[in-house]
Amino acid sequence: MGRTLAEKVWDDHVVRRAEGEPDLLFIDLHLLHEVTSPQAFDGLRKTGRQVRRLDLTIATEDHNTPTLDIDKPIADPVSRAQLETLRKNCADFGVRLHPLGDVEQGVVHVVGPQLGLTQPGTTVVCGDSHTSTHGAFGALAFGIGTSQVEHVLATQTLPLARPKTMAITVDGELPEGVTAKDLILAIIAKIGTGGGQGYILEYRGPAIEKLSMEARMTICNMSIEAGARAGMIAPDETTFDYIKGRAHAPQGADWDEAVAYWRTLKSDDDAVFDAEVVIDADSLAPFVTWGTNPGQGAPLSADVPDPASYEDASERYAAEKALEYMGLTAGQPLRDIKVDTVFVGSCTNGRIEDLRAAAEIVKGRKVADGVRMLVVPGSARVGLQAVEEGLDQVFKAAGAEWRHAGCSMCLGMNPDQLAPGERSASTSNRNFEGRQGKGGRTHLVSPQVAAATAVTGHLAAPADLTDAPTPAGV
Amino acid sequence: MEAFTTHTGRAVPLRRSNVDTDQIIPAHWLKKVTRDGFEDGLFEAWRKDETFVLNKPERQGATVLVAGPDFGTGSSREHAVWALQNYGFKAVISSRFADIFRGNSLKNGLLTVVLDQKVVDALWELIEKDPQAEITVDLEAREVRAEGVTAAFELDENSRWRLLNGLDDISITLQNEADIAAYETQRPAHKPRTVQA
Repeated sequence: MGRTLAEKVWDDHVVRRAEGEPDLLFIDLHLLHEVTSPQAFDGLRKTGRQVRRLDLTIATEDHNTPTLDIDKPIADPVSRAQLETLRKNCADFGVRLHPLGDVEQGVVHVVGPQLGLTQPGTTVVCGDSHTSTHGAFGALAFGIGTSQVEHVLATQTLPLARPKTMAITVDGELPEGVTAKDLILAIIAKIGTGGGQGYILEYRGPAIEKLSMEARMTICNMSIEAGARAGMIAPDETTFDYIKGRAHAPQGADWDEAVAYWRTLKSDDDAVFDAEVVIDADSLAPFVTWGTNPGQGAPLSADVPDPASYEDASERYAAEKALEYMGLTAGQPLRDIKVDTVFVGSCTNGRIEDLRAAAEIVKGRKVADGVRMLVVPGSARVGLQAVEEGLDQVFKAAGAEWRHAGCSMCLGMNPDQLAPGERSASTSNRNFEGRQGKGGRTHLVSPQVAAATAVTGHLAAPADLTDAPTPAGV
Repeated sequence: MEAFTTHTGRAVPLRRSNVDTDQIIPAHWLKKVTRDGFEDGLFEAWRKDETFVLNKPERQGATVLVAGPDFGTGSSREHAVWALQNYGFKAVISSRFADIFRGNSLKNGLLTVVLDQKVVDALWELIEKDPQAEITVDLEAREVRAEGVTAAFELDENSRWRLLNGLDDISITLQNEADIAAYETQRPAHKPRTVQA
């Protein structure tokens, strides 16, 4: 019987398989950041262990880093201490680190692919649930806890029970104005926040094959929001073109050998998935969330749902609680929801294509009165590229704030937070209560919807903008 | 890791689904670099509400959390497990746990027990009616017992063995160090490296 993509990558990494034990998997790439690693390094110290494979390990700073005044000492002493702890740990153990101010610093899931370290058929782990992002390359990539971080540091392996596999086939073609973000939000709304639990998702079908690498990363990034630890997309020419020439891409004969291997990384025609879901891309529209989990979403043209319409008691209760927290009324059109803040950034939508898409919409327009728009590149290098392309000027001219790279308002561990009761349209991945700041209310959106929302002041798609942009320079 | 064999204690009913890790421990607590001191951060936002179940006097000292489905969704932060343990919880019961949270809990000796929602409903009724009612979580027998409730639960034999003996995963893996070394010699040259070894 044929094997799925996930099974092939899994099998290629089994160090040890024994009856009654989880498989011991080899880890090709271990990404570290300041938040989930300090206790792991402490564990190594206590047991007198070393990092087994420094050449498969890399660290950066992202969760705590400020996006303003990065040349000054970090104001929050607790954040500063955590960053200093990472720096000390990396120095003591010899781990390559890209600290704040370095050109390769940024959100860990933007940095890996950008350096060409994320490659098809590799196993990638990080103490961060959005490690699923790297699955866009046909890598088996998943988030781990701090105990597992220590385990990988010490052994370069993880004991793991093999998950089931689920095919998510996206037929047709995304209509004009509908993005990868809309697609993944629609998938999560369909299968639910627990729908992917215990599975590795494989996104496939014509609509997926047409996506750029960055759009594929947006899709795989949010697999965890459907409950799946990992999401994957089979590598193809789009993948190879993206990797070729990057700092850590294979060179010369290694490149040919790598590509020959990468071409084998697709689910066999007779492979059997444990579950299958089919989505019709043609029927999709811009999608936004109205609630407090990423599965509580609807097309932008819809109204806030009535909790009474849910048959399941726990979903009904969750919807009631969500509307209460979000300050929304059943039946209210989603387009009427006014926002205070717009956040463009994060490991979901902080790459150059995302910034270009948002810039194209705000170009020659103004951010609505009373709305604050924050644009945070996913990495310092993405920021540099945006500056080269003049995107920072477009954002600034529109009245948006152009910031330095980091996780920023996605989770508000740095000063970029919502105030209590404030409402955002955010290109990030989680609309949990208080995620972007205590009492803050989050609507998850695509970069295009974020930009249109910034201009109108209420949830909107680019197609809703009736004004013509003012020509540049005026 | 501390071993887990059997535990009996009073319980807290948390009638909410999709309790995400940002609710269990908000992000600003994640700046700490230790594994302890997270108890005050547990459900921090909800605890500001006096009527929140954890604030009720009759729930003080409870050690078993009985939660709605999809407990622990969201982030991979192990801090969520440490916060529950620091507060005093020894076991969490739910009809469904998020994968990463579950993995983290079992690595720290916080027993996460999956039971049918019907059983969870029965436990909620019992402990809401009688806050003094105790729940026993017996890992040796793989069974949850309370007044009027006896329910078997599943846990794979390997995880159970590690928990019962409080075994350290890394030591177990390092017993097979030769397998790791053998695998390493066969890795293809084209695999990425972060630095020259």
